[in-house]
Amino acid sequence: MSINRRNFIKTGGAAVAGTMVLPPLLKSCQNLQISPDVKSYLDHFEVTPEMLQKVIAEAMSKGGDYADLFFEHTLSNSLGLEDGKVNSAFSNVDYGVGIRVLKGDQTGFAYTETTSLDDMLKVAKTAANIANDPVTFKQSELIEKTSPNYYTVSQKWENSTVEQKIPFVQKVNDRLYELDDKVTKARVFQRDESSYVMFYNSDGLLTCDYRPMATLGVVCVMEQDGQIENDYSARSIRQGFEFLSDDLVEELAQEAISKTNFLFGAGKPKAGELPVVLGAGGSGILLHEAMGHPFEADFNRKGESIFSDKMGKSIAKDFINIVEDGTMEFNRGALNIDDEGNDVKKIYLVKDGVLESYLHDRISAKHYGVEPTGNGRRQSFRHVPLPRMRITYMENGPHTTDDLISSVDYGVYVDNFTNGQVKIGAGDFTFFVKSGTLIENGKLTQPIKDINIIGNGPQALADITMAAGDYKTATGTWTCGKGGQSVPVGMGLPSVLVSKLTVGGTSA
Amino acid sequence: MTKDEKYSIAKWAMEHAIQNGAQQARVSIYNNNSSQIEVRDEKIDKLQESNRNGMQINLYVDNKYSSISTNRLNNKEELGKFIEEAIAGTRYLAEDEFRMLPDPELYYKGDGPELKTVDPGFKSVDPQQKIKDAFALEKEVLGSDERIISATASYRDGLSGSVMVASNGFEGDSENSYYSLNASVSVTDGEARPRGNWGESSIFSSELVRKDIGKKALKRAVDRLGQAKIESGKMPMIVENKQAGQPLRPLISALNGSSIQQRQSFLIDMLGEKIGSDLLTITDDPFIVSGRGSRLFDGEGIATKKRPVFENGVLKTYFIDTYYGKKLGMEPNSGGTTNMVFKPGEKDLEGLLADIPRGILVTGFNGGNSNAVTGDFSYGIEGFLVEKGQLIKPVAEMNITGNFKQLWKDLVAVGSDVDPSRSWILPSLVFDNVDFSGV
Repeated sequence: MSINRRNFIKTGGAAVAGTMVLPPLLKSCQNLQISPDVKSYLDHFEVTPEMLQKVIAEAMSKGGDYADLFFEHTLSNSLGLEDGKVNSAFSNVDYGVGIRVLKGDQTGFAYTETTSLDDMLKVAKTAANIANDPVTFKQSELIEKTSPNYYTVSQKWENSTVEQKIPFVQKVNDRLYELDDKVTKARVFQRDESSYVMFYNSDGLLTCDYRPMATLGVVCVMEQDGQIENDYSARSIRQGFEFLSDDLVEELAQEAISKTNFLFGAGKPKAGELPVVLGAGGSGILLHEAMGHPFEADFNRKGESIFSDKMGKSIAKDFINIVEDGTMEFNRGALNIDDEGNDVKKIYLVKDGVLESYLHDRISAKHYGVEPTGNGRRQSFRHVPLPRMRITYMENGPHTTDDLISSVDYGVYVDNFTNGQVKIGAGDFTFFVKSGTLIENGKLTQPIKDINIIGNGPQALADITMAAGDYKTATGTWTCGKGGQSVPVGMGLPSVLVSKLTVGGTSA
Repeated sequence: MTKDEKYSIAKWAMEHAIQNGAQQARVSIYNNNSSQIEVRDEKIDKLQESNRNGMQINLYVDNKYSSISTNRLNNKEELGKFIEEAIAGTRYLAEDEFRMLPDPELYYKGDGPELKTVDPGFKSVDPQQKIKDAFALEKEVLGSDERIISATASYRDGLSGSVMVASNGFEGDSENSYYSLNASVSVTDGEARPRGNWGESSIFSSELVRKDIGKKALKRAVDRLGQAKIESGKMPMIVENKQAGQPLRPLISALNGSSIQQRQSFLIDMLGEKIGSDLLTITDDPFIVSGRGSRLFDGEGIATKKRPVFENGVLKTYFIDTYYGKKLGMEPNSGGTTNMVFKPGEKDLEGLLADIPRGILVTGFNGGNSNAVTGDFSYGIEGFLVEKGQLIKPVAEMNITGNFKQLWKDLVAVGSDVDPSRSWILPSLVFDNVDFSGV
């Protein structure tokens, strides 16, 4: 292999020092028609189309139906500010290839952290073992696939230095202390990630993707009369260095101050079943937990989801339309191509109140005999793809926000969340409300904080009695966990009224 | 990678960092081998193998600090360059006088007891036997109950080894293994499809419990059929031993040096104060033979010590690492927990339940969170309504809400049923006066 070692090395170290681009050197590559873009990925991973085909042949040698190779090289960096100074940095390099073989619904999987032919053949052999009738695999013709780019980058993180990033981190801290003298501690962090992904499968499909991720966040601690409160504010999207701006700094600082201030004097509602108005934006967590997860086709294929026999049935009011989309520009959950080489699409999970589609990966799409929906995702080359959400949101409804609030005698308005969870089979989902406001006699009254809300998915979906026209995409840094794998996701919602959910609080 | 190979690369990287401008450096190298077999419908659903390597380097350069990690260990030229660039980048950071390696006096010196945390026979376990073990679990439940809609069984094992070296005189290594078997069964009698899980794990293949795992998972699923919320109210809460970590975790997080120094704790300035009832007695014991959290030194190389954390409700220690120790002006005493041993009571779970006129036995948590600075909490729960020792009916879709400072004062009984299969060795716990929200 003739790749320029020194260039590759610099990519690794770009981390803390930062002066590197992907080695663009081209070399003659058999006589295939391959674009310079894909060619640079092959070079980067030090492989040739011929090697890919050899590895696929080994993976398919025991009679698998399908096999794929997922190459990944991810560089991540972070800067941390504590006690007023940007005083820590962290960088990580992760590199390898995951090899998967499918036989019906069955999966064989292994990975290697080097991409030499011998190492790849060895793990291909391991993965191949899921099948056991040896055959001679017939190679498919290599087809290069290009996809739209939903996250165009102006300045790559690898070309950005620590020196350039530090001022933004420092400014968030300084702005917090300027804005409010109750601030006693602040932690600010900036993270960036550049992930180079190349994919090849037994159908001959070859494709690549450059996936950036940018995050800036702050934890703010304020103290007043012996009471301490803290809250958190962050943004995270698929963008390059241009993500960092003075406007972003100001927005985060203002938001952190206002969210933390809100908590002083906040109380708890009465415990029990209450009407809940979910504010536009971050309340998309309701869809994510109550519907998104139970709609994932692996659970349904196994009959484990509470929605397993609901396809084609009316499950919500007819003004409810729930969308799953991987194409929202720059969104944290956006992808140019899913982790199984399929196009990401906008799909309706619920259309006019009727359950229309599950979220599919390749295994479940084949199982159900439908087109893949582009929801096959994996945390890294070390993990197998699963049906996962990308950006899950509800379209606008026919009501106004005022309609929603004024219809409630005693209930809660919630719009600031930290986390959620769902039990797929029982359908019980929860989300934790960091702060909200009590609704009394149709009016917003007292602030509330730190309560869990729990409901049952199908029931809650049926109980969405109103939806407003104020749709917002959530701005937070949502990460979804499933089967031990984390992936970045997005969400959104117009304001909705759920007529009853069980709200944590104090007993009368 | 052998232990000697790991030491050799680690020392090389450490010396390279020192030669290129770092005043201090610490390097650790690990590798983990694991395998996983999942079966359902009498077929292998998933077969996975993993062999993961990694290196982490902490760099201390002109009173500035950074940390780098990589899984590309097999090319010294590339590694060297990575370290050099990181040192150059670190120089842009602000100075931090508190960043330094631990006082070498505190390091583990290599004279500790044999902890038996690894199975010497790990590599000779027959792969076919692993598959057989998984199928045997599934077989326990297949066809045994017509309400079963899905049963999955899995076998996992793992072997991990790591070495650590530090430039002011530390060298240490450790090795761990585990084997586990888990079953997950979904059942239905109409609408809902509750799932029950059960698992067993062991450091040694020969000691892994292989029986009744499927049956227990099935029972836990079937017992949940017909679950529903009940009316809101204040009641005693019995937390099953396997779930007792949930209310304990935020209490322990509140004792971390970083939480204290960053004022993100509800237990600031509480050393020596009474935090919980007399029944709250916990010891951090790193030396239990074959304990899941046993270790001779922590992530910084500091020798571990057996220490009381709570004695009859009184807080005896914070968890202070070198950095936050310097910032707080406190002696570093190791920043992490090892085996957290809760002093057990006299009665088993049945005995505890018999004493409860009416309460809720919590067998699972569902989401929720707590506020680190106030101690307020609110969690989703599932479990059973209990009356005088009888399980009356399954309950779910309910929340508990309160404050940890009060909750631990309301600890009124502790079980004898400690679960030794985890690093936190906890019994079932009974708390009085817990706010449940339901209907």
